[in-house]
Amino acid sequence: MLEIKNLHADVEGKAILRGIDLTIQPGEVHAIMGPNGSGKSTLAHVISGRDGYDVTEGEVLYRGKNILDMDPEERAGEGVFLAFQYPVEIPGVTNTTFMKEALNSVRKYRGEDELDAMQFMKVIREKTKQLGISNDMLKRAVNVGFSGGEKKRNDILQMAILEPSLAILDETDSGLDIDALKTVADGVNLLRSPENATLVITHYQRLLDYIVPDFVHVLAKGKIVKSGDKSLAQELEKKGYAEFTDQAA
Amino acid sequence: MKQDNAMTTPFVDQYDGLKPALPGHALPWMTALRDRALDSFAEAGLPTQRRESWKYTNLRGLKQLELTEQALTPQPISIDRAPSLLPDGSAYRVVFVNGGFRSDLSDLAGLPEGVTLGSVAELAESQPQRVEALLAAHRDTNDQPLVALNTAFMRDGLLLQLEAGRKLDKTLEVIHVNSAENGVFAHNARNLISLATGSEATILEHHIGLNGAAYYINAANDVTLAEGATLRHYRIQAEGENAVHTSTMNGQLAGGSFYDGFTLSIGAGLSRNETSMKLTAAGARCHLNGGYLMRDKQHCDTTTVVDHLSPQTSCREVFKGVLDDRSRGVFQGRIVVHPQAQQTDGHQLNKVLLLTDTAEINAKPELEIYADDVKCSHGCSAGEVDHDALFYLRSRGLSEDSAKALLIQAFLAESVSEISDEALHDVFLNKISDWLAI
Ligand SMILES: Nc1ncnc2c1ncn2[C@@H]1O[C@H](COP(=O)(O)OP(=O)(O)OP(=O)(O)O)[C@@H](O)[C@H]1O
Ligand SMILES: [Mg+2]
Repeated sequence: MLEIKNLHADVEGKAILRGIDLTIQPGEVHAIMGPNGSGKSTLAHVISGRDGYDVTEGEVLYRGKNILDMDPEERAGEGVFLAFQYPVEIPGVTNTTFMKEALNSVRKYRGEDELDAMQFMKVIREKTKQLGISNDMLKRAVNVGFSGGEKKRNDILQMAILEPSLAILDETDSGLDIDALKTVADGVNLLRSPENATLVITHYQRLLDYIVPDFVHVLAKGKIVKSGDKSLAQELEKKGYAEFTDQAA
Repeated sequence: MKQDNAMTTPFVDQYDGLKPALPGHALPWMTALRDRALDSFAEAGLPTQRRESWKYTNLRGLKQLELTEQALTPQPISIDRAPSLLPDGSAYRVVFVNGGFRSDLSDLAGLPEGVTLGSVAELAESQPQRVEALLAAHRDTNDQPLVALNTAFMRDGLLLQLEAGRKLDKTLEVIHVNSAENGVFAHNARNLISLATGSEATILEHHIGLNGAAYYINAANDVTLAEGATLRHYRIQAEGENAVHTSTMNGQLAGGSFYDGFTLSIGAGLSRNETSMKLTAAGARCHLNGGYLMRDKQHCDTTTVVDHLSPQTSCREVFKGVLDDRSRGVFQGRIVVHPQAQQTDGHQLNKVLLLTDTAEINAKPELEIYADDVKCSHGCSAGEVDHDALFYLRSRGLSEDSAKALLIQAFLAESVSEISDEALHDVFLNKISDWLAI
């Protein structure tokens, strides 16, 4: 469902992604690991349509459509969701307002009826309950004054509400306590189906105990230098990346 | 100050001809007041950019209006309903159409005892001493040519006077509707507001232009709050896109009184909203807040001067501007803490979002502090819509336009939340949404 072919991307004239090939089939979970600065977030941003990146070569097909020409909101409509490494604070916009607008925008894109306030509240209550997230967060401004872990949970709640077909989690597990980690895992597992796929970017094996990947890839210096099954993650945790950073250079 | 004749003479030359028809002509004190004001206006001239406080705003556009004698004579237009923002019956309503009071559109039923509310022109006939006293309270216009111009030519406006301890039990909605359907015109609205000891009122003032034709409004507002009085004064300036709107407010705040002001400017091709507040005794508090939303080639000038003349007075200003296209904003905020005004608390903030490279803000905060035990701060910032926030919202499916609108709304909501009468927040938030939806 996601086909990345020979993807090259620059930031301010500097090559960051240097030929990525990655294919994800429906129902699969892929994990990407790799040293700091290797381009993991850049890859996630390019897939979700953040500006500031120059794609110099290659393509990204999502369900057969080239999504590189689409606006971020169109990609969201197509079912792509990115849980941010650093979720953004938005003063003055309450979580409820934001999520309602988001859900209705996506529903509209997908040709579904928009929800009124009552219907929306029903959805949000159901999702917070499933994920064990407190309703207090809803009235507050988006991520403002949230702890690191609360921000990540908030992203997972958004994901649960928008029901994407491709969820990309960029270090959503970093800095989380065990309970929050379970919330993240629940969020992902709630969406798992033969039609949906997940791309997990992480530095730690422990998330992968909850979200078991079908494939693990190592990204170093803008390239996927090794792929394997879940045992690769355990191996990396023991040995680190030294081997790959030399190899990629 | 050297005057610019081309802008000043059209007014001065018409004074003698118009004088006999101006309200209160039979009252010697009124005529004397007007004569003096005209002299002072003729000498100072319409403000030009040579004047320090008018550095960024240019009234030259008035020349193109070609204000003839006919233009300075009221032109009634046919309107049978005032565009009110509040449900019928929930507010007292005073309506002015092209500057003239329209009792048929107003609603003053059930006014409490001790409240005088109505048209300055009518009250100048029926209770001349009252009007004389109110006009005398602010005789010293300290070098304000536009107030002098207003005094010379004023015809009508709002008069609100509350006796000690009286509370206006409902919001007073004041609607100024203007339409140039019968040709160009200029008028000088004069609003007189005086609240005696411990009295209290809330005013929602709305200036609306009904079509795109050009006109000039030069309003002057005299506000006097006695000990412990509270005035909540919220304004929406939504004049027609080719209108020129200048408004000068002079306020005197006695001990323990509270002026809570909010002005939302969205209309007029060129507008200037100048407020001068004198805090004369301990406990006087003044909030001057607002927002200005401009697009195309609109120009909006917000100028405030707060004089702390006594110990223990405070002021707080939060202004938010959103400037699109080639529009221009001006913010001049002066806080003067006089030597005797110890323990002054002054806070001023002006934040602007520039939506294009061609929009412009000229901001000039000025703190003049002559006392040593004071707490004063000011902040000014101008920037674009937050890029990261924009992407965050769009990645969740919001279109670029709605994401921007949501962020701008949030940005402005901070200033709206300063309005102490929470029941009126929605009126302002709705106006802001309307503006964003265009
Ligand atoms: N806007 C930018 N301007 C300049 N360099 C950038 C920019 N964004 C990313 N980079 C650079 O691109 C490289 C890859 O960054 P990226 O954030 O993708 O790394 P990462 O693999 O996600 O790292 P981490 O594990 O620390 O999150 C880094 O060297 C980074 O400094
Ligand atoms: Mg990263």
